Amino acid sequence: MHPVIPYVTAALLFGLGVYGVLRRRNAVLLLMAVELMLNAVNLVLVTADATVRAVLPATGQVFALFVIVLAAAEVGVGLAIVLQLYRLRESIAVDQVPLTERADDPAPDRAEPHEAVAGVA
Amino acid sequence: MTTADILLFALGAVAVGAGLLVVSTRHLVRAGLWLVVALGAVAGLYLVLAAELVAWVQVLLYLGAVVVLLLFAVMLTRAPIGTSYDLDRPGWPAVLVGGGAGLGLAALLVHAYRWSTVDLPEPGNAERLGAQLFRTWVLPFEVLSVLLLAALVGAIVISRPDIGKGR
Repeated sequence: MHPVIPYVTAALLFGLGVYGVLRRRNAVLLLMAVELMLNAVNLVLVTADATVRAVLPATGQVFALFVIVLAAAEVGVGLAIVLQLYRLRESIAVDQVPLTERADDPAPDRAEPHEAVAGVA
Repeated sequence: MTTADILLFALGAVAVGAGLLVVSTRHLVRAGLWLVVALGAVAGLYLVLAAELVAWVQVLLYLGAVVVLLLFAVMLTRAPIGTSYDLDRPGWPAVLVGGGAGLGLAALLVHAYRWSTVDLPEPGNAERLGAQLFRTWVLPFEVLSVLLLAALVGAIVISRPDIGKGR
């Protein structure tokens, strides 16, 4: 087994993930690109576990499992944020999110029905 | 070239090709489906590399849970069916940074490993991995369970606008 094959695969996947994060406007597509990057890191960990004879066996696989759990937590919180953004703004384009709220911004008006619902609840 | 090499090469080509389609397709739902192909090919790579438990956890958690969550999010944000032309920003900085990162890392790893050969470890069961996980790494494991609980509570608080308004 030549370890350079999975390593180069992982490097290319990471590059694709970086490209996707910088290129995409849709926040859900951005999260998909982040998943590609996390998978590239996992692939490096598992390949290193198969090729390097470490003192502790299976350490790379243990860390790959940890990264998978972290990715699950990340995508859960990230999608909650994306859906909340969509509820407030009707759009999830990441380059259209204003950094500060202005008084003439139409977005707070859109948020008001939720306030009313919350008041009833 | 052994059988493992051919399998690694083929699965790696599938993973990179599907990953390229994930970041370049103009259909939102198809991006999620190509992500399934890419992550499945990476799971196949794990199987060849004798990491069976990681491979099946990848299938369960990534293909089963994460991709379904992403597709739910695509539908809940009322994604258009069919081609959408407003998905991308201007591409040259992304091509430069992404291509630089990918090709730079690839060159570094090729320089480090050349065409050296390593014997694959024995395809075992989950016993060795489980022993390591619950002996050496048991404290990080428990910390991760607390982190999952925190992420769960955080996601609920974020997605309910009536929590935390001081009433």
